[in-house]
This record gives sequence, C-alpha cells and structure tokens, in this order.
Amino acid sequence: MTATTDLSTDHTRAVADGAHSHGVVPAGSRAERVTSFDLADIPVPSGREEEWRFSPVAKLQPLFAPELGAGGVLTTVVEAPEVKVEIVGRDDARLGTAGKPGDRTAVTAWNAFSEATVVTVPAEAVASDVTSIRVEGVSTDATAQHVLVHAEHHSEAVVVIDHRGDALLNQTVEVVVDDGAHLTLVSVQDWADGAVHASSHRSVVGRDAKLKHVVVTFGGDVVRVTPDAAFTAEGGDVEMVGLYFADTDQHQEHRLFVDHGVPRCKSRVTYKGALQGAGAHAVWVGDVLIQAKAEGTDTYELNRNLVLTDGARADSVPNLEIETGEIDGAGHASATGRFDDEQLFYLMARGIPEVDARRLVVRGFFAELIEEIGVDSVRDRLIDSIEAELEKSMSVITGTAPAQEGA
Amino acid sequence: MPTLEIRDLHVSVETKEGAKPILRGVDLTINSGETHAIMGPNGSGKSTLASALAGHPKYQVTSGTVTLDGEDVLAMTVDERARAGLFLAMQYPVEVPGVSVANFLRTAKTAIDGEAPALRTWGKEVKGAMENLRIDSTFAERSVNEGFSGGEKKRHEILQMELFKPRFAILDETDSGLDVDALRVVSEGVNRAKENTDVGVLLITHYTRILRYIKPDFVHVFVDGKIAEEGGPELAERLEEEGYDKYVGTGATMSA
Repeated sequence: MTATTDLSTDHTRAVADGAHSHGVVPAGSRAERVTSFDLADIPVPSGREEEWRFSPVAKLQPLFAPELGAGGVLTTVVEAPEVKVEIVGRDDARLGTAGKPGDRTAVTAWNAFSEATVVTVPAEAVASDVTSIRVEGVSTDATAQHVLVHAEHHSEAVVVIDHRGDALLNQTVEVVVDDGAHLTLVSVQDWADGAVHASSHRSVVGRDAKLKHVVVTFGGDVVRVTPDAAFTAEGGDVEMVGLYFADTDQHQEHRLFVDHGVPRCKSRVTYKGALQGAGAHAVWVGDVLIQAKAEGTDTYELNRNLVLTDGARADSVPNLEIETGEIDGAGHASATGRFDDEQLFYLMARGIPEVDARRLVVRGFFAELIEEIGVDSVRDRLIDSIEAELEKSMSVITGTAPAQEGA
Repeated sequence: MPTLEIRDLHVSVETKEGAKPILRGVDLTINSGETHAIMGPNGSGKSTLASALAGHPKYQVTSGTVTLDGEDVLAMTVDERARAGLFLAMQYPVEVPGVSVANFLRTAKTAIDGEAPALRTWGKEVKGAMENLRIDSTFAERSVNEGFSGGEKKRHEILQMELFKPRFAILDETDSGLDVDALRVVSEGVNRAKENTDVGVLLITHYTRILRYIKPDFVHVFVDGKIAEEGGPELAERLEEEGYDKYVGTGATMSA
C-alpha cells in the first residue's frame, strides 16, 4: 500500500491578491539544509538564499555579527510553584540538545550568549499556574538571549514568553518535551515600533509527548521566528499555532520546519494572519519532511491570510516532502484573500454599520484559532490586541480616526 | 401608512464589457400589510430588483427613485436601508466564519433598533422563533450560514425577518431549492411575520408553488427588466397553467 498520501492544496481564495506567492519549490530538500553550531559553517547571507529571500536582511544585519551583547533585554520569570528556574552558564550540559542552528541568526545567537535561562517542569509535576517569562526590551544594542524550557517526563505545564518594549534581539528558545509530557509554549511578540527580533525555536518531542507551540506576533518592525520541531520517539504530537497581525511597514515572518524522522507521530500546523496598510508584509513558510523511516505519520499544515487594505503583501509557501508512502495522512492548504465584500454586504444588509461589520468578520477569522490556543490569560490578551489592531485598520479604511456611524 | 415606492427604476450591472442595463423602468408601490408577488422567467431582472433595493454595490441605479415614506432610499448606505426598515432575505445567504448566529442576531437587532434588546426577553424570543422554524437550538452557536444546508440557510433568513421586524421584506427566491416540508415551515414564518407586524412583502419567485402558502394580494409579471402585466392572485393561477411562454416570445431574453 503506497497511495495513502492525501495531498491537497486549497487555492479557492488565493486569487484575490496578486502579491500572493504559493507553491514555490525550494532549492533543495529540507533534509539537506546545513545545520551547525559552528559560525564558519553558516556564513552571513546575501539575502538571495532560500531562507532569506523574503527577509529585510539589511535590518537584520546587526544580528548576523558573531559578537552580540546581553544587556538589551531584561528577563523576568514568574514561575508556577511546581516549576524550577535557573540561570546557567553556556557550558551547562542541558543546552544545545534540541537540534542545531539552521540559519545565520540562529548560529550567531548560539555562539554569543554567556548565560541562559532554564525553566524546568519536574518529572510528573502538573503546574498549577502559567509560568511567565517576560522579556522587556530596554535598549537597542544587539543582544543575544538563550532560553531552555524543559518539560520532564509526564509533566504538564504552560509557559508564556512575552516580548515587549524596543530591542534588537537575537534569541534561541530550546524546548525539550520528554516522554509523556504535555507542554504548551506560547511566544508573544508584542514589541514596540522599531524592535527587530530574530528567534530560533528548536523543539524535540519524546515518546507519547505533546507539544502545543503557539506564536503570536503583533508588534515590532521586523519579527522573524523560525520554529523547528523534531520527534525523538513514536507517539509524539506537535500542534503549532500562529496568529499575526501585520501593520504598515511591519515585516512578520514565520518559518516552520516539522521533521518527521520516527514512525507514528502527528503534527498539525495552523497559522492565520491579517495584514493592513502599505508595506505590511507577512511571510509564512511551512516545511514538513516525512523521512523514509517515518511510517504512519499524520500531518497537516494550513496558512490563511486576510488582506484588509491595499499595499499589504502576504507570501505563503507550504512545502511537503514525503519520502515514504506508508503514512496516515499528509496535506497542506494555503490561501490569501482580500476582505470578502459579500460578507460585508450581508452584515450591512442587517443594519450593521460597515466598521462593526468589518470587525465582526476579522474577529470571526481569528475566532477558532484563539479558542485553539486554550490558555485563558493569553486568549483575553489576544482579543484585546486584535481589537487594538482593528482600531488602526478602521482608520485606514475610513480615512478618519473615529468610526463613522450612519443615519 | 408606510409605503415603499419604486418609480421608473433603471439599474445596470457592471460587467467586463461595461455597464449592462438590467432594469428598464420599474414602477411599483407596496403598502404595509400588502404582499406583492413578482414572478418572471430567469434573467428577467427579478433578483436585480431585490439586490438594488438593498443597495448591493454591484448594481448601479442609473435613473428613477425609491422612497420609503417619502425618504430617499437610494441615498442611504446598505446598513441605513436596513435600519430604515428594509429587509432582504437573500437567495444565496453568505457564510460568515467565526461569527455565531447568536452574536450575529443580537448585533443586528441592536443596530436596527438603536439599542440592545433586553437580555431576558430576547433570549426567549430567539429560542421561540427558532423552534417555530424547526431550527435546532445548537444553531445559535454555529457560524452564520457556515455548513448550513440550502433549507437551513433559508430558514435562517426568515428567522431574521421574524426577529428584526422590518417594515418591508423582500424575499428573493426564498422558495428555490426547498422541499415541501421546508417550504411550508418557511411560509408559516412569513405568514407569522405578516400577522405580527403588518410587514409589507415583496415576494420574488420563479414558481407559483410558494403562493399556495403565502397568499399574494397582487401579482406582477416581470419580463425584460420591467413589469409586463399586473393582476390579483388569479394571474398566478394563469401563469401556473400557461407558463411564461407568452411573455418570452415577445423579445424578452431568457438565460440559462
């Protein structure tokens, strides 16, 4: 039995936006991409490389340098009572176990940090509260940061990394989920204008373990997050959820890589974003590799973009590489559409003013995803942030700040 | 008495080849409490009339007037028309993912009335109206029209007609695609709205079937963008027997 793949690509709403790109075949297999802890192996990119071709490389340039400081951000951890927090030196044996850096910012981040924050959820502990890692940008000196979140076997926890302020940050977040553990890791990028943030998330998921990995990006000039996930044993489950809202001249890039290298693991990727204003740019690249030995894999990835105004651009590139036919399912969908005027007409024909109708549609677009995140404090914060973003978009649409009421 | 008056209405639709005239001088007066059936062959412009009255941006009014109690409807935005008391039950209701029926109904009711409905009575009212239309209570939490069958969409349109209490309702081929049971349920809903609110109804249909359940006071035959013949309920009976051949033979266009 070899014909079990279920490849599907939903193009139904991808025609609305000429700036949408889809289905570009990468230069080589994701399996062949260089990964290394050694700076010399991953040189400074020109911007033409596959992994940098959508990125504003000039703005990220300071983070390509081998020397980075540590003083640009203040990190405060408020942990659940069951959770342990340590600051350790870079020679700590627990660091560097969740895969190797895969691009220039990831390798410079790895080489530049001197101390790391390690958050440990002890074996079989069930955290009674959210653990919050607050990263506050305090200067725009190029800074490296390293965080390890380690959920030991059969533990359960929610960890939220919250980024605010203005910073020039190059970050590594290692996530180790041991056998049978359930970890939800949320990274919120709510930077002030001007912030530039590159972040390499590298996760490994053990036997029958589950990782829910959530990325939320609202603020900052350039945010480029590259979440990788790999499985170390059968029965692993990775759910990657992302939500972003790109405004005028913001670049928000999310590049994911799920590496199915062992049999019978499951992955689901769902990223949704809205864009508004000239120069708003969202990039989503979702790579999934199903290696020859990863029989019984079940994977699906989806990206949706809602373009609210002219002048915004969404690039969405799902890549699925399948080296075995013995899988349960594999598929992807990507669609970028403009705001649907028929939805607007329907709601307005029920007396709902245009501004409120648009708000309803955008909230609706994100509603399911917000429920999926499943962390109450994050959920409420997200709803508030989306409302704040919508206030901006209404001023773009109406040309005036206050909502225009009819009659 | 509230009156919806349409005078010499000309409407074009934007096509790739430019503006294409669809309505060519429609005259129609509807008083509250009256039910007017508009019948006609496909492509005669019936649905264009419905969409143009509601203010769909695809349709341009090139001349003529529409007034509601003397107020210029054509000068109003889509939402203003609804708040002035016009309701369009759409032929193809639109899906709005992530917006629950309950939230949608409350938001629209609030917009139309200018104030939020009283929490206690509104909940009961919605529940009762849904029961009457045989809409399962779980629909309140589902996204508007998403995954609804054709019949469920139409019942949801009539649910809104009953709850929003418009002064004039335009039903655009509400009967199309309904089986007999659904047609009866939907018609009962329209008749309840007529009894309860004295709403004026403009019932657009291709078939006479629905007129057995909803009795029209007037029947207008629509051909080639205007009214070709008018009469009472007996005209519908005649159309039942004779069809539209008599009209379309005389230069009217018929589309597939």
